[in-house]
Amino acid sequence: MILDSGDTAWMLISTALVILMTIPGVALFYGGLIRKENVLNTMLLSFVTFAIVSVLWFIYGYDLTFGADMWGVIGSITNPVFNGVLESKSLATLAPTIPTGLYAIFQMTFAAITVALISGAVVERMKFSAWLAFVPVWLTLVYVPVAHWMWGGGFLAQMGALDFAGGIVVHLTSGIAALALVLVLGARKDIRLLPHHLGYSVMGAGLLWFGWFGFNAGSALSAGNLAVSAMIVTNTSAAVGMIAWMLMDKLKTGKPTLLGALSGAIAGLASITPAAGYVNVTAAIIIGFFASIFAYNAVSWLKPRLGYDDALDVFGIHGICGITGAVAIGIFANPLINSVTTGGILFGNFNLLGVQLLAVAVVAVYSFVLTVVIAKIIDKIIGLRVTDEHEVQGLDVNLHEESGYRLS
Amino acid sequence: MKKILAIIRPDKLEAVKNALEKIGCHGMTVRDVKGRGRQLGVTENYRGRDYRIDILPKTEIEIVTRETDVEGIVQAIIETAKTGDIGDGKIFISSVEEVIRIRTGERGDKAI
Repeated sequence: MILDSGDTAWMLISTALVILMTIPGVALFYGGLIRKENVLNTMLLSFVTFAIVSVLWFIYGYDLTFGADMWGVIGSITNPVFNGVLESKSLATLAPTIPTGLYAIFQMTFAAITVALISGAVVERMKFSAWLAFVPVWLTLVYVPVAHWMWGGGFLAQMGALDFAGGIVVHLTSGIAALALVLVLGARKDIRLLPHHLGYSVMGAGLLWFGWFGFNAGSALSAGNLAVSAMIVTNTSAAVGMIAWMLMDKLKTGKPTLLGALSGAIAGLASITPAAGYVNVTAAIIIGFFASIFAYNAVSWLKPRLGYDDALDVFGIHGICGITGAVAIGIFANPLINSVTTGGILFGNFNLLGVQLLAVAVVAVYSFVLTVVIAKIIDKIIGLRVTDEHEVQGLDVNLHEESGYRLS
Repeated sequence: MKKILAIIRPDKLEAVKNALEKIGCHGMTVRDVKGRGRQLGVTENYRGRDYRIDILPKTEIEIVTRETDVEGIVQAIIETAKTGDIGDGKIFISSVEEVIRIRTGERGDKAI
């Protein structure tokens, strides 16, 4: 194969779009949803996560994820610190019309946003030092293996499990990890969701929606029909998710809310992510609609009943929607959209649904168990929680000696 | 001399300020404060869950004035700050023993 400049141009743009999703997308979205005393800490969690993953990914992360498969479990490190890859100007094995380096940095952005997403669950009470320890360990022990299983030729890929842009690898792993981490970390003293600046969240959610085109349409790995198809279903699902949540708001409380609209859009985006390259617009409408309703009930009904404190609903939205989309592939996958699949139930193929359910179950259990173990160890060594005094006064002043707002 | 402490809705500050200016009352100290009265706050809904916000933002206006001007000022505040709904606020009046203007050293009514 030879380098295709059209594909390369699109993937460079897609990579930049996904970077925009974490910084500033997630940082702003999360930053607006917490108390004003924690705005800087919350934004910094996203920023610093991006920085840590950016470095580790090229030292060993990429090779362990996409290097030659070992026993279906993990890749092998053949080019530590990416040595020789840029020099060789090679083309990517899994995307043979673009440079290996471009494929690697595109994948790096997925790793970074996955870990950054988890931070939304633990804001307002986790030690910054504990988070700095959590990021590299979780990346290495959870994200990298799961990404290898699904995308790097590991055992789930070998079984035929599909995940176009990360419903299982990104949203399920982060959503389940968020749940596991808050169960170890414990609830905040004040567990209310009282956004101090929803305007930030509007900007953040807008950047996420915009960047998601790089995330999903970029996962076509080329500038062609599949990217176009993925872009359309992504946008459709987001729009339907937004409308569905507002509808639920109206039915349940009488008033549509802005945060509800944003949450529904994110639910639609997260749920279409795994399916974006396999389904048509009708399926996208159904997926976005039901994912939004599932997520609404997870955060407004399930969470208060179970009592865990997932501060910004990472499990309730990303976890639930990752599962919804991953399972929906087994129903709606369409070989006319993407010839890598023979289709889901609607095309008479029942096997795919079983494989998808198995992949979801395996990854959920793995992410949960490993995250609990990692969290417990970090808790023993450096402690996960800030002091009560710091939690009440806010983390910005106490952990960073800065405050987000000095308006006089 | 009396001190008038009025706690009003933040969005009524401009109207109250203008009304006081019309009756010749210029000096005031204004603060953003938080508090609650008998109604115990309001309810807000985020992601399908209701949260009671029981400490609400209010605006506090502090005015020190001659005793003869008190009633006019109180009436001006009531007329402009009143919506008729719960949460309109309260006015407290207390005595002031002495007022001193720092620049000139004047005392009492002259310093107001």
